[in-house]
Amino acid sequence: MQKRAIYDSKLLPYLLLLPQLAIVLIFFYWPASQAVYQSFLLEDAFGLHSEFVWFENFEHLFKEPDYWRSFVVTAVFSIAVAALSLSLALLFAVMADRQIRGANAYKTFMIWPYAVAPAVAGVLWLFMFQPSLGVVAQFIRGLGIEWNPLLNGTHAMVLVVMAATWKQISYNFLFFLAGLQSIPRSVIEAAAIDGAGATRRFWTIVFPLLSPTAFFLLVVNVVYVFFDTFGIIDAVTLGGPSKATSTLVYKVYDDGRAGANLGSSAAQSVVLMVMVIALTAIQFKYIERKVHY
Amino acid sequence: MSTRRFFLTATVASLAVLAGAAQAQAPVEIHWWHAMTGVNNDVINKLSNDFNASQAQYKIIPSYKGQYPDTLNAGIAAFRAGNAPHILQVFEVGTATMMGARGAVKPVHELMKESGERFDPNSYLPTIAGYYSTSKGEMLSMPFNSSTAIMWYNKDVFKKAGLDPEKPPKTWPETIDAAKKIRASGHPCGLSTAWVTWLLLEQFSAWHNLPLATKANGMEGYDAELRITSPLHVKMIATLAELQKDKTFDYGGRTNTGEGKFISGECGIYLNSSAFYGNVKANAKFEFGTSTMPYWPEAAGAPQNSVIGGASLWVMGGKKADEYKGVAKFFTFLSDTDRQAWLHQESGYLPITKAAYEKTKADGFYPKNPGRETPLIQLAGKPPTDNSRGIRLGNLVQIRDIWAEELEAAFAGTKTAQAALEAANSRGNAVLRQFERTVR
Repeated sequence: MQKRAIYDSKLLPYLLLLPQLAIVLIFFYWPASQAVYQSFLLEDAFGLHSEFVWFENFEHLFKEPDYWRSFVVTAVFSIAVAALSLSLALLFAVMADRQIRGANAYKTFMIWPYAVAPAVAGVLWLFMFQPSLGVVAQFIRGLGIEWNPLLNGTHAMVLVVMAATWKQISYNFLFFLAGLQSIPRSVIEAAAIDGAGATRRFWTIVFPLLSPTAFFLLVVNVVYVFFDTFGIIDAVTLGGPSKATSTLVYKVYDDGRAGANLGSSAAQSVVLMVMVIALTAIQFKYIERKVHY
Repeated sequence: MSTRRFFLTATVASLAVLAGAAQAQAPVEIHWWHAMTGVNNDVINKLSNDFNASQAQYKIIPSYKGQYPDTLNAGIAAFRAGNAPHILQVFEVGTATMMGARGAVKPVHELMKESGERFDPNSYLPTIAGYYSTSKGEMLSMPFNSSTAIMWYNKDVFKKAGLDPEKPPKTWPETIDAAKKIRASGHPCGLSTAWVTWLLLEQFSAWHNLPLATKANGMEGYDAELRITSPLHVKMIATLAELQKDKTFDYGGRTNTGEGKFISGECGIYLNSSAFYGNVKANAKFEFGTSTMPYWPEAAGAPQNSVIGGASLWVMGGKKADEYKGVAKFFTFLSDTDRQAWLHQESGYLPITKAAYEKTKADGFYPKNPGRETPLIQLAGKPPTDNSRGIRLGNLVQIRDIWAEELEAAFAGTKTAQAALEAANSRGNAVLRQFERTVR
């Protein structure tokens, strides 16, 4: 039996692949290579003066204490957001998966926040927690806590973590729910008959069977936190106070767009690119082994 | 790829020929990219329409490109792609960036000379035009919307605190005293500022005749170094950091997002741009007053004059001669006395020519609109010095961010004022050195 597809000409398969390849080349590889090239240049905003400086942009970057600090900020921010949004979404999904009245309405409401643009989500939270006008801020102040995200770095971080988590829960919820629904009822019922309680059933059956979903979400969430949250940070804190919420991707934006320092910004995006590639590789190599398909 | 480009070019060229043949008398199009929204956007449209109606040779086409930084970036990106607009509105902090881009911009004084328009640099208000001129007085960009920082105060809050609402505090000790009384009368906040670095470093330095940087604040060379660690700078920040503890002073953020603090009545005294007028007038539910910025009496020569903020119109390089002629005509049209007086009285921005200021005075506008002359008194009170003519520091957007970070650390109490300003100074200098390398 012939497994190979039958093409009369040698050219046709390439031709069929061309659109996809063109998209990948034009929209991914070309900009990425431009960023790498840019990272070796020292250039003014208008591109009138350009100097090839080898690794000077990187040297400057790693000598900057701020840059190291934004690594720490990113780590705190991403761990907090990923952990919170994954665990809360799982909790909500488990709740929604049970036979309850109004389950459909509940599920629909859970999905809504995903339709909100990151910057809008940021503004929404900002309004609630804005020290002088926000509803929640006034409540917190009423409790006697001096809430001031404009000056207190921890408060600012809590605020962006909440906004970013809230935004991501719906997405995770959706996948967890789908994952839960694909677990065969018979397995769970068998365990129940064997006398396993709800908690034990969850940890020994449901959770392992859910691990491919959880793993997929972990990868997606890390990418989300690394790249897509800057709209929230920009709207809520502008990376402040004193860079307390300036994550790596926000710094790329701030130095490149606001600061017109394209070389450094490109160098930072190259570092970021390497980091995410490494993180994803590690995730696939080590964590995936523990995943049951 | 190359054949496609060839076809595209050919098509465009033939279309252009056709269009040219069809209407040989079509006006020369002049593109104007700006960052104005709301009422100010209407002003831009009205100016363009009026100019287009006044003659048939040229046509101004204004387009909104987002906020100031977005508009600047749009202009830069368009220039890199080879299709920059003719006129680009750039905020004052972008001045050095634009000026450093020789070849990308066409200085206004050159433009006016080459196109034979009547142009007298002395007819413009020196503190406004000076900001956008070389140290030799050659105008680089056309001032458009200008403002300066002044003090806003809530007269109702003043009354409640037992202060005379018609006698606003003049000096910093008086202002702090007033803020303490406001706080003592049960108000959540005494005093706050918008645009913290513009107010407390840039305006502060000019107003006290202190250098913000060497080389006349960078106007005489790109090798300027910051000078924001003087004893008075440190005293100012240390005082406010101390007052932050009990909310006599309350930090209001880097931009103008804290304006609600004043509008809602939370803070009794607020330092902000004079362009805040429209917002206060529309939204404040109390009687407000304006006054000049406070100063430290021990500073010799204080108060000097404040510097401007706002934006100017830059002419981009590499355009055709007849297009430049149209731009020059438009600038002459903008500088017309009646038009400037109208702009000033309607929009809340400052007039750019001396004649427009005189006309507004003669119209009896200021007695009828109290507070509207405060920014002009501040700007024109004394002839500007090297410390107060303007600020021309490269990558100032980035430097302002650095300054704000350090000031935030001082106000949060994680750094002393001295340490914060020293860090702000040295980190800012590093950015200046990098800019110096790229413009060389």
